[in-house]
Amino acid sequence: MRRQIPILITTIAGLVFAISYFIPHDPFGESESIFGDWITIVQAFAVWLGALNLLKISFEKISSKSADRHYAAIIIVSLIGTLAVGFYDGYSGMAQDPQVSFRDPGTNFDWLYRFIYTPLSATMFSMLAFFVASASYRAFRARNVQATLLLIAGFFVMGGRVPLFDMMISPITDFPVFSWFADWIMTYPNTAGQRAIMIGIALGIMSSSLRIILGIERSHIGGGSG
Amino acid sequence: MRLSSPNLTHNCLKIALFTLSLLLISLNAPLAQDAETAPDTAVTIEQAVDSANVAPLPAVNVMVADLPNDKGGAVLVSWELSPDDDGNGKVSGYLVQRSESKDGPFETAGNAVRGATKFTDNKTDDDKVYFYKVAAYFEYLDAAEEKIRITSAATVTGPVQSSAQWFNMNRLYVLLFMLFVAGAIIFYIEKAKKGDEIYIRKIAGIDAVDEAVGRATEMGKKIFYIPGIQDMNDVQTIASIAILGRVAQMAAEYDTWLEVPVSKSMVLVTAREAMKEAYTKVGRPDALQDAQVHYLTDDQFGYAAAIDGMIVREKPATIFYMGAFFAESLILAETGNSVGAIQIAGTAQPAQLPFFVAACDYTLIGEELFAASAYLSREPRQLGSLKGQDMGKGLFILCIIVGVILATLNVWDMSVIFASK
Repeated sequence: MRRQIPILITTIAGLVFAISYFIPHDPFGESESIFGDWITIVQAFAVWLGALNLLKISFEKISSKSADRHYAAIIIVSLIGTLAVGFYDGYSGMAQDPQVSFRDPGTNFDWLYRFIYTPLSATMFSMLAFFVASASYRAFRARNVQATLLLIAGFFVMGGRVPLFDMMISPITDFPVFSWFADWIMTYPNTAGQRAIMIGIALGIMSSSLRIILGIERSHIGGGSG
Repeated sequence: MRLSSPNLTHNCLKIALFTLSLLLISLNAPLAQDAETAPDTAVTIEQAVDSANVAPLPAVNVMVADLPNDKGGAVLVSWELSPDDDGNGKVSGYLVQRSESKDGPFETAGNAVRGATKFTDNKTDDDKVYFYKVAAYFEYLDAAEEKIRITSAATVTGPVQSSAQWFNMNRLYVLLFMLFVAGAIIFYIEKAKKGDEIYIRKIAGIDAVDEAVGRATEMGKKIFYIPGIQDMNDVQTIASIAILGRVAQMAAEYDTWLEVPVSKSMVLVTAREAMKEAYTKVGRPDALQDAQVHYLTDDQFGYAAAIDGMIVREKPATIFYMGAFFAESLILAETGNSVGAIQIAGTAQPAQLPFFVAACDYTLIGEELFAASAYLSREPRQLGSLKGQDMGKGLFILCIIVGVILATLNVWDMSVIFASK
């Protein structure tokens, strides 16, 4: 019974979604938005589950004097501190006229968001530039035929994206060789490859969905293949 | 030499006058430009007064019909352009009016811009009958900057009633294709059930899972399994959890620490359940600890930062990245690479595949992610579904070949089959 009910729910939900794509009439037409609302509600409640798990694991690390207990302490202080500031701003904002939300500009919560959260996120994202360089260095080493082709394609695509390369060959020819070849690579071989992958993905999703709807695949609900 | 001469004075005067005139021209230039461009952006009062005496001719051949292939509540109003709507500015737009009675009163259903020939009124009630009027109008600002609208006469068209359809005919070809692929999958599943041997090509990335888990065991280090940053309503995450179940079985058998940091609470619950089942299956339910599956944060870069920290501190022997990844893919994979971990990635995000290919030892590309669970299970029915999927791929290849031939012959009718509606 512990397995059958989730499989039954999965099968019904999967079939309803599949049917609603083809039948716009009620009750199928509205099913997608109804299920969407349910998912949002469940996700909203589940946030607490995640937060409590994070606190539990962090407290356990501190109590067991784990090597990374310092990071656990920072997590706890940050989580509780941010919550406290948000609640304080929200509560005090309600008493003001006009009322102020904790997310409005000028609040303490907004300060945390703008001057701590945003710079930290931007720092992580900007690290991508360095990682792209190191990954490209490895990927573009001409170790075999495929890697050499990749190197040549990469050279032309990168060269075609900046005017410098076309400018460098302008004494020889006015034709923009680099940008033309970069566009050709992106429009034809690249698009064809991407589409082939997309078709494979679509078929993979269909096959995977069918296995789940038919109850053959059960790993996601804590069961083996049926 | 005299400093001042009649000629010099005369020349100086000429230069001064020329400079002054240039200055005046440059000061007046923006105003002159504004005056020149004004007729392009707005109707002048003179034009308006000319047109105001005569209302534009109405739209012709107005037709109303229920909007096809919808869930009801919408009527499609179409017409042919007013003879005055010829791009000379005599028509500013069309006013679509609606009434429940032929004699009115009519209320505004909406406006359409000049040159438009249809309007969808999506605020109708399926239980009511409606009549429509479409009038062309000319609009201008008077001297007091007030908007004046002169509307043409319009005839009443109708009745019409909106209704919901039981089938979206635009998606007929999608249904036929789905039925073919689903039929092929079910056929091969049944065939596999009867014991027929199903050949599946070797997938290096999935074959390496065993080796990767074994390596972690030999080194006495951890395995990290990262299920992406999407929730359980994403099919990639579901596929990832299915693979996690198989990996967890191997880890439980080898008694290797498998850690699953997640970014969504729903994934936390599901991953824990899959792990519990896997550990139970190999007879080691007590070996599973709560700390093995834990939540970090919903935030994309917060999640990436936390995992990067874990990788650098704990130096796992093996890292799996399976699921939906975005900009954090390379940040994670490069960090894993820097500590020398064996890395296996799988995603259906085409934009992230090059990053994983560059930074990981093995990458499951698109469909391979969805096939991985079935492949690892070696269970005939699951393998049968992969064979059916290949039939769909065969049909696609056939369509592509036929499409290329037809396109070469300048026949484009077949492309409507694949049009997105």
